Amino acid sequence: MTEPVGPPPKKDPQKVTRPPELPPLQRSRASLKQAAWAARGVFALQVCGVCGKASYPPRDACPGCLSDDLDFRPVDDRGTVIAQTVIRSSTDLYFRQRTPWRVGLVRLDCGLSIVAHLHGDVAVPGPVRMVAKLDKSGNAVLMALPATESDNMTDDPEYRELTASPRHRRILVTDGRGAVGQAVANALSKAGASAIFVGVAEPWKPFSGMDGLKAIPNVQTLPLDLTDTTSVTELAGEIGGKTDIIVNTADHVRPGGIFGDGSLVTSRDAFDVNVFGLQRLAQAFGPAMRGRGADGINSAAAFVDVLPVYALANLPDFGFYSASAAARHSLLQCLRAEMRAGGVRVMSVFTGPVDDDWRQHVPPPKVAPGQIAKVVVRALEEGIEESFVGDIATDIAARFLDDPKVLERELSQ
Amino acid sequence: MIASGNPRRAYRDVAVAVPVSLPYVRYSIESAHWWIAGALKELTERAGIRPTDIDGLSVSSFTLAPDTAVGLTQHLGLTPRWLDNIPMGGASAVVALRRAARAVEAGDASIVACVGGDANQVDSFRKLLSSFSRFAQDASYPYGYGGPNGSFALLTDHYMRTYGATREDFGRICVAQRDNALTYPQAIMKKKLTLEDYMTARPIADPIHLFDCVMPCAGAEAFLVTSVDVAKDLGLPYATLLSTIERHNAFPDDPIQMRGGWAMDVDELYAMAGAKPADIDVLETYDDYPVIVMMQFEDLGFCGKGEGPDFVRSHDLTNGGSFPQNTSGGQLSAGQAGAAGGYLGMVEALRQVTRQSLSRQVERAGTALVSGFGMINYDRGLCSGAAILAGSGA
Repeated sequence: MTEPVGPPPKKDPQKVTRPPELPPLQRSRASLKQAAWAARGVFALQVCGVCGKASYPPRDACPGCLSDDLDFRPVDDRGTVIAQTVIRSSTDLYFRQRTPWRVGLVRLDCGLSIVAHLHGDVAVPGPVRMVAKLDKSGNAVLMALPATESDNMTDDPEYRELTASPRHRRILVTDGRGAVGQAVANALSKAGASAIFVGVAEPWKPFSGMDGLKAIPNVQTLPLDLTDTTSVTELAGEIGGKTDIIVNTADHVRPGGIFGDGSLVTSRDAFDVNVFGLQRLAQAFGPAMRGRGADGINSAAAFVDVLPVYALANLPDFGFYSASAAARHSLLQCLRAEMRAGGVRVMSVFTGPVDDDWRQHVPPPKVAPGQIAKVVVRALEEGIEESFVGDIATDIAARFLDDPKVLERELSQ
Repeated sequence: MIASGNPRRAYRDVAVAVPVSLPYVRYSIESAHWWIAGALKELTERAGIRPTDIDGLSVSSFTLAPDTAVGLTQHLGLTPRWLDNIPMGGASAVVALRRAARAVEAGDASIVACVGGDANQVDSFRKLLSSFSRFAQDASYPYGYGGPNGSFALLTDHYMRTYGATREDFGRICVAQRDNALTYPQAIMKKKLTLEDYMTARPIADPIHLFDCVMPCAGAEAFLVTSVDVAKDLGLPYATLLSTIERHNAFPDDPIQMRGGWAMDVDELYAMAGAKPADIDVLETYDDYPVIVMMQFEDLGFCGKGEGPDFVRSHDLTNGGSFPQNTSGGQLSAGQAGAAGGYLGMVEALRQVTRQSLSRQVERAGTALVSGFGMINYDRGLCSGAAILAGSGA
């Protein structure tokens, strides 16, 4: 049984913070394709389109028939671990800091042998369930978990390296005025966050849900206006050194395309929150988080952004809003690369249209704030880099992966 | 199989001579070029030839980059008409010998220098690991980064579970090899190893402990392959080549490595030599970890699969014992000088069967079997090979 992770000891300011080393960075291009699936939380392996043979490690040609038709596909995740070791000595700095490290050799039911991280509760030999995750370098790794969930399974130290569990962590949620921010704060509280700082712009103005927000255990509201650099910097000065996770729920949504009256003014407002707000936030909090990427149980772990799925392709009815989302998406890609050096994950939670005042004329299905909150918590607990909330977001993601140009036409009809 | 239409031909008048072992150094500031040059210098001096008489060259090294054997020719002032570069780690010497033998037979070269050598600077081993193979980079090193220790730990764990081998069984191999090393003045390890030392050593990657691992070091080993006529003209003691085998990526469907490619080809090895396991006087196995030594006992026909533990319990593996094995201590006690590690057993066998031994001479060392194994590309070693040599008096 896994020992439950307890609250972290108080930080000793005299001691050196453990530097955030990374596991090996260099991977082949074929391996990066596996990472793309792992980023979405899917255990996928290459399966030959010609002869049907599955293969691993990632290859450029099929070992059954030499075809290059090797797409990754979700495959049966069951197998048996037939051998194990505990690494106690490594020349790699990341693993040196983390030994002992358990590793197993898993024989998948489909007949492939896989060297994998091995959960502490798995008996050898014994049945396992495989998962694909991203490691601190953002590369795909495979882990063998108990075939049925064990007690405190997610507290296994190797598993925790692959996730950003909110438990015992201090989390900033940027927009307490909105229903999404409130739902996220509530869900994080239930998921065991030790402190939830909730930013509120213009705090002297009352807002719907204010009392409910303040009643959530471990919630503390603080003034934060993402359009005001001073406000963001001041908050970072106050809590930046103890912010382990950020969930940015701020979203400025207005309908309209380029030809609408005053579209330049409203789109500037949208960009100021959605794009520059994100940038201010990342600039003020990012460097400190990056330095604390390996700082024990409550190390800095993730920066989550909740953004509309129209980041992937423009919805002309919300034309400049979509444009700001696309800029936001691009900025997140940049932030992901910059945070990687600290092993801090940047996670995108793409949502379909939220059921709010500005989208009354949008037909269902729409997304409830509680749905988003659930997916945010799941992304953190399972280490998922790209999540899609609701049927619309899932549908658009599938069409985007199929062909972005076709999606553009579909959204403009 | 199409290959059956082209039967293998026996080796004719191939002589293997001039075993050279430069003394190993734990860390050295010298380059692979320096080590290889040193081995070639001793090789030519002892053969009584000029460097330019070498018309064939076979090189194995992990640390020559950015050079290969090609760059070495100009670097060392050689003008060979036959050149080979063999990146097969522990199988390098067997494969070098196989190829050189055929080149000499065909007349493509008349004196081939086979050399394996590597540098070992303070950070070399870590750097070598980081660029070892694509599958290791993608699919084994990101899992704890145990390097070969981690891979062999899994194989050892599985072998122990399957066949009931104990740590003591592996310890017997390591202890006997250390005894052999104490008779070999160039061994890196100079201290006696007891079974208790072995058992109480610190764990590295369970069930691998400290004395299951080789000591990476710098060094070079070399030998000459030529025709019997040339060897006689030069007045060199030589061994003749009776047979060889080579195999890569054998048994890819085995869930984990339980046998090497030898098991595919061993019948041919003995048939070509006209010999059987009982005829082998000296065995040199590839021993980066003791589990693979045990597998070689099995796969080379000295005992059945899974009987390795019993075999080591009932045999004395020292130079004076019932089954002389790794007579200069193997890599476990002599040290592993990169690709020279693949040469260690070949050069030692050559010294034993030509009665030039630096370690304790095995009394009746007429016929030797040398086995090579190399390259954990992902989860298992891919290259295997073996050769049988006979002293010219045999």
